[in-house]
Amino acid sequence: MTLREIVKILNATVCIGENHLDDEVTKAFASDLMSDVLTLKETPILITGLCNIQTIRTCDMACLQVVVFVRNKKPTEDMIELAEENDMILIGCEYSMFKTCGLLYEAGLNPLY
Amino acid sequence: MHQEYTVIEGDFVNAGVASSSVKKTLKQLNVNPQVVKRVVVALYEAEVNAIAHAYGGTVSVDIDPDKIRMVVADKGPGIPDIALAMQEGYSTARPEVRDMGFGAGMGLPNMQKNVDKLNVTSEVGVGTTVEMEVNFQ
Ligand SMILES: Nc1ncnc2c1ncn2[C@@H]1O[C@H](COP(=O)(O)OP(=O)(O)O)[C@@H](O)[C@H]1O
Ligand SMILES: [Mg+2]
Repeated sequence: MTLREIVKILNATVCIGENHLDDEVTKAFASDLMSDVLTLKETPILITGLCNIQTIRTCDMACLQVVVFVRNKKPTEDMIELAEENDMILIGCEYSMFKTCGLLYEAGLNPLY
Repeated sequence: MHQEYTVIEGDFVNAGVASSSVKKTLKQLNVNPQVVKRVVVALYEAEVNAIAHAYGGTVSVDIDPDKIRMVVADKGPGIPDIALAMQEGYSTARPEVRDMGFGAGMGLPNMQKNVDKLNVTSEVGVGTTVEMEVNFQ
């Protein structure tokens, strides 16, 4: 599925990374626990309610490129700056973690585990 | 190549600055990306610990052609029972630390899983030193 489709399904807004919307993704992982994200052996999109600078740093260390923030969490300027440096895509939606995961799962996005 | 960084107590905003810089260096040196990931995940967890559980400290990194050696040394309360602290799920983290996405007792186990050599030494009331080594091949 493309990121563009994800944005549409979630009725989301793209914070940065418009130029990547045609990129394909196949898997997602949802967590607010960054230590758990650091254990991943693959690079799925991250669905999270944790919206702080450590979310972005964790993605840098774990080589994750796409983050979907749920519940209308808005990344701060320093998060956006760091994410831009790492060529990341930040997406935000109003839906809950549960609904976000449910919609994307239903649309065919695969779980990592 | 030798690099040094300072980490400051409670400075969560800058947790990961050292790891991020090490990542850039290793990429430039064309180290295998999977190995780079192991290095930076372990170093990042150690950095977070020095900021979260201690009163800050230093990160020193030595990069050789075949391996990287990292030492994170803090001044802090120390770890009374290292074997217990190494157990997955054991954590004394404050709510502040959990708010940053850490504090589930996975840090030391994550270090252990990603490095080739891990040595934790600690003196209660003085501080903790975490030494790690990762071979490039
Ligand atoms: N540098 C340190 N100084 C003092 N205590 C530490 C340090 N590192 C780890 N600890 C202790 O070990 C526990 C487990 O650490 P860790 O596995 O990283 O999990 P977490 O950081 O999520 O609590 C911490 O909660 C803390 O009690
Ligand atoms: Mg920790």
